[in-house]
Amino acid sequence: MNAGADREADSADHDADAATGTDPATGTDPATGTDPAAGTDAEWRRLDPRTVRTSLLTVAGVCVAAGAAIGFGIGSMSLFWTLVTVLPASAAALAGAVVVERVRLHKTRYRVLPDRVELTKGIVVRTRRSISRDRIRTVDLTAGPPARFFGIATVKIDTGEQSPESSLSLHAVARAEGERLRADLLDRGRRDGAPRGDGRLATFDPRWMRYAPLSIVTPVLGVAAYGAVLQVARMFGLESDVLWVFDLLGRLGVAGGLALVVAVGVVIGVIGSLGLFAEMWWNYRLDREPGGTLRVRRGLVTARSISLEEQRLRGVELVEPLGVRTVGAARVDAVTTGLRTQGENEDKERKTLLPAAPRGEAERVVAAVLAEEAGPTSAALTRHPVAARGKRIGWALGAVAVPVAALAAIGLLYSWPAGLHLAWIGAVVGAAIAVALALDAYRNLGHGLSGDYLVARHGAVRRSTVALQRRGVVGLTARQSLFQRRRGLMTITATTAAGSGAYSVYDVGADEGLVFADEAVPGLFGPLLERRG
Amino acid sequence: MTVGAADSGTGGAGTLRLRPPVHRVDRRAVTWWRTRILLAGAAPVIVLVVLGSLLSEARWWLMVPAVAVAVATAAAAAGMPMWWYRVHRWEVTGDAVYTRTGALWQEWRVAPLSRVQTVDSERGPLEQAFGLASVTVTTASAKGALTIPGLDHRRATDLVHALTEATQATPGDAT
Repeated sequence: MNAGADREADSADHDADAATGTDPATGTDPATGTDPAAGTDAEWRRLDPRTVRTSLLTVAGVCVAAGAAIGFGIGSMSLFWTLVTVLPASAAALAGAVVVERVRLHKTRYRVLPDRVELTKGIVVRTRRSISRDRIRTVDLTAGPPARFFGIATVKIDTGEQSPESSLSLHAVARAEGERLRADLLDRGRRDGAPRGDGRLATFDPRWMRYAPLSIVTPVLGVAAYGAVLQVARMFGLESDVLWVFDLLGRLGVAGGLALVVAVGVVIGVIGSLGLFAEMWWNYRLDREPGGTLRVRRGLVTARSISLEEQRLRGVELVEPLGVRTVGAARVDAVTTGLRTQGENEDKERKTLLPAAPRGEAERVVAAVLAEEAGPTSAALTRHPVAARGKRIGWALGAVAVPVAALAAIGLLYSWPAGLHLAWIGAVVGAAIAVALALDAYRNLGHGLSGDYLVARHGAVRRSTVALQRRGVVGLTARQSLFQRRRGLMTITATTAAGSGAYSVYDVGADEGLVFADEAVPGLFGPLLERRG
Repeated sequence: MTVGAADSGTGGAGTLRLRPPVHRVDRRAVTWWRTRILLAGAAPVIVLVVLGSLLSEARWWLMVPAVAVAVATAAAAAGMPMWWYRVHRWEVTGDAVYTRTGALWQEWRVAPLSRVQTVDSERGPLEQAFGLASVTVTTASAKGALTIPGLDHRRATDLVHALTEATQATPGDAT
């Protein structure tokens, strides 16, 4: 209670100081002379007033879009009535936005102290949040088109913990102020005396765009487009028009109609995936900064800046989804602590250090990020026993057999010949694909040591090669099913604080796996090993 | 070191394997596991039998699954607890916690004390009835927790105590 009251009084003092003319830009006012240790950053600062204009622009955009939708969508309404309803509503929304944003700006203050960052905000309920500077893991800047136009950016300061109190968002401050905050708050590595050479590690190449349509996004968008058309048609009661299109397709015959539908879907999917990729990755740059941070900057319309502390980096993962792998490209993800891996899509994208790029470029970036001569992900890996191949083929065929058997059973029970035909076609095609994937999955299994890194590779549809810092391993797990025990196989898992929390070497020979685990992380399995017989 | 029948590890002569941890779980864990299986199986069986006796038309379709579930439950209750009892072992070596768990899928887990973040013990209602407790040791990894089920509750308390002290005495920031 007491402390809270003191703080409020303190904050009131600072407000008074601000009113008497402390320039927030330069931040120094010798006259205030409060806490000398607190330095120049001690006074409370406000958000940038341009935030109001930015919000206004955003709301105006929404109003125009909504007005257009109402005007065109509801055909029965005359222009006059459209204007009569839309204009006052828009005016009210704009006025409301200005008032709310003004008050919010007035009520929000933040300050950077030597040991912590504080934010007070709230119109009805006042909240005061304080984050210890030691705990800050990332400082990200984001600016949508209106914000970029006005030269401001939203700053998100995050400790990477799984609670809502662990992050602090400043919406929005001047871009220069955001950059300064970012540099300030992340500049810790320097003290450890290990600032490595600064500079550009990778730059966007427009030719990488050709990998975008090969991702899963393409079919998903293609299917979603049809769903969206039907949804909108239903909303405006235009289903009959849509059905008329189906009639037209019917005249092309089953094959022709299907081909057209698929072709249109693919075109939409390709355009969509190209657009998304460009929005996410255009202007991509990866830098190593003097403070000991890796910084990714990217985005066509919305500019994003994502920083990762190198101290928190426990390794990298080279990810090759099937489509991208067939044309020899790969993506690089960071394996790092203090980065939320669950949550919104945006959070998942944050760990990506390099989008799909030629494999050679990816290897180069891996080496550069880890500051190694040669990237550990390109090291030669030890193959796994043949028994692992049999297991994969068995599982793959089993996965095909279940639906095929169900289809065949239905076909027999209800004497439905088409079902039986589908069953044997599915069995032939499915088995071929399954075996091909299983063989590929077996070929991709591998493990090895490369300098300070433990390297493990697996997967066919999504091939992953992870290079994990050996001293980042916080535990080991060995796992054996009955089947594995009979065939002398074992799965070794290294647990770590970073990334997904555990990285596995699948179906390695039991002897070899245990020796490898002991070599990779000495002292864990070593004292527990014994030789039998 | 006693090597039981279920300790036939990786098999074959001259092969390398992880030795079984020293301590078994409490003998009462067998009864606890058995009770748990029986309770879990009894719930659907009772529902099916009650419905079956009420709905005469669907009796056949309800009674057959009820019998199947009952048989499976009885088989599991007879076999699994002893199997688990043979496999489940734990040990605190000088600088690490070491457990072996599972049955069809066996798992050996090691976490060095320097990386241990929290040590908890937990007692559900059934465990309380049998005087048992489970101890969970977590590390900084989201997937690295070790659980030792079915310990005598006093022993579990002592273990939590000892581990907490040992972890505090071991330097390191656990990540």
